[in-house]
Amino acid sequence: MSLPMSSVARFSESVEDGRRVLRFQGDLVLPRLGVLPTRLERLKGKGMVLDLAGVDRMDTIGAWLVHRTAKERDGEIIGARNGVAVLLRQVARADQPVKVRPDPPPALTRVLDEIGSATMLALETMLGLLAFFGAMLVSIAQVIRQPRRFRINAIVQRFEVVGVHAFGIIGLMSFLVGIVIAQQGAVQLRQFGAEVYTINLIGRSSVKELGVLMTAIMVAGRSGSSFAAQLGSMKLAEEVAAMRTIGVSPMEALVLPRVFATVSMMPLLAFYAAIVSIIGGGIFCWIGLGIPPITFVQRTREVLSGTTDLWQMLVKAPVFGFIIAMAGCFQGMQVEADAEEVGMRTTTAVVQGIFLVIVLDAFFAVFFTSVGWL
Amino acid sequence: MSEKGEPDDIVIAVHGLSNSFGEQIIHEGLDLEVRRGEILGVVGGSGTGKSVLMRSIIGLQIPDAGEVEVFGVKMLTARESELQAVRKRWGILFQGAALFSTLTVAENVQVPLREFYPRLSERLLDEIAAYKIVMVGLPPDAGPKYPAELSGGMKKRAGIARALALDPELLFLDEPTAGLDPIGAAAFDELVVELRNQLGLTVFLITHDLDTLYTICDRVAVLSDRKVVAVGTIPELLALDHEWIQEYFRGPRGRAAEEAVEAEEAREAAAAEGEAER
Repeated sequence: MSLPMSSVARFSESVEDGRRVLRFQGDLVLPRLGVLPTRLERLKGKGMVLDLAGVDRMDTIGAWLVHRTAKERDGEIIGARNGVAVLLRQVARADQPVKVRPDPPPALTRVLDEIGSATMLALETMLGLLAFFGAMLVSIAQVIRQPRRFRINAIVQRFEVVGVHAFGIIGLMSFLVGIVIAQQGAVQLRQFGAEVYTINLIGRSSVKELGVLMTAIMVAGRSGSSFAAQLGSMKLAEEVAAMRTIGVSPMEALVLPRVFATVSMMPLLAFYAAIVSIIGGGIFCWIGLGIPPITFVQRTREVLSGTTDLWQMLVKAPVFGFIIAMAGCFQGMQVEADAEEVGMRTTTAVVQGIFLVIVLDAFFAVFFTSVGWL
Repeated sequence: MSEKGEPDDIVIAVHGLSNSFGEQIIHEGLDLEVRRGEILGVVGGSGTGKSVLMRSIIGLQIPDAGEVEVFGVKMLTARESELQAVRKRWGILFQGAALFSTLTVAENVQVPLREFYPRLSERLLDEIAAYKIVMVGLPPDAGPKYPAELSGGMKKRAGIARALALDPELLFLDEPTAGLDPIGAAAFDELVVELRNQLGLTVFLITHDLDTLYTICDRVAVLSDRKVVAVGTIPELLALDHEWIQEYFRGPRGRAAEEAVEAEEAREAAAAEGEAER
């Protein structure tokens, strides 16, 4: 029961019988160590005596400091009372070479190692995706042969999550995109006195490109990521393994409903996005350019009726949906280790999904032009 | 070392604790006291709220009613600085070890040290992590490993190393031996007793492991019917006429554990006699 001031851990140095003596006093416990560790580290010389007779209390960290000093400075510990001596023996027993940090590899090898690993990873991902695609085709074939295994409830539930719940945000986004195209287009076309062609611009770009592309990006962000995160955490919790042992194929129960739902919802969402985008543009034309809605609708019909824009959208949308759902499910099923990997895989799923969608969109543009769908 | 207003022998005091989740009432008027330096086992059927009780004591669950005191600090009304001072003095091992998955084992052990004692040098931090890792019986190469690379038993040991980082006075263990093999579980029991004897720990131990209860617990608290129905040594509990307690300790598993302890004591007594004769 010592007063707080006197119980701070400290030591004093003196010379007795020609030997250096470090006399420790107070509580050698973590909260009261203060500057003791620093002072001990700055000690010079060897062969001193460490006198612990004045120590009231000690914990393992205090014991460690005494033990370390004695070991490094060839010191001799005296005056350790019973409990203190036991603790000292305890930490001495635990004093073994332990690796605390991983060894840093040499710089050159590390660079080579990283390049190699990245290359391997890219190749493995491609192979893995291909294998995943194959496995999915197999289970689609199985479901077609045994339509009983078609999980209608799971699919309907996915319809709701992927499609219905996305209506608000996709509508709002498309509406704003429509306004932006109209506004930007009008500014440019006004220079030629061709303001009325803003309607062509809105109609065609919304239906052909922006509706489906913006929808794909939003679906990748909303649903692709959630697929990866869901399947990833299910894998971590061994739910997927449990499914397999019960004889339920995860491909059938988890992947197919998600892919099917995304593929079916994408054309609907893209169409809806295009319509809302046209409405947004129309409202801007009405308020900003004074084009009455009747005229706007009539012009839009004339512009679109002669083109294949709608068909292009309806071809692209399910393909994009497929890519997004595949990337999400594939990345989710790749999770092995821990929660951090789930996050990483989710990010990859979104990045991969959007990237592949844009690559494919460019491919489609070239393809449609060469088959004469302008 | 008694600080002002701190009762010397009661570390945890719970009075009139009530907890409920929606309609479901978990605790109602629960009382419990844990004495300094004892290993208190907490038992109860599944769903009787053992973990909820622990979470209420450590402040992760705000109870509907009641009082919780740890080291004499009223946990429900205390200021943040007082709570922080209490947190410095306890260590907690969660059921799944709850290691931080983005940090290595050594870094996990260092987290509380860095948080509460930012002035410790890197060198000392590394040394502390190293000897703690050895003390809990982890292999020397476990330091730089990530939790995902460890087995279940090693995770538990790493978890206890982190719980012990600050040399706490009070240790909460939530089913520490669940999922360990019997050898690992026995070693864990030994570790807990040794730490208690060396460091004067008070241990709040939730367990289903009858061997653990028989071999290391000083007292056992039984949770049933929304409260602590009895606290005492196992012989004291066995003398009670409570259906669940009788079934728990007198069942086939309970008997086996009891007999094992009796056999062990008989062997020790015989060995002591033999030594005395020589």
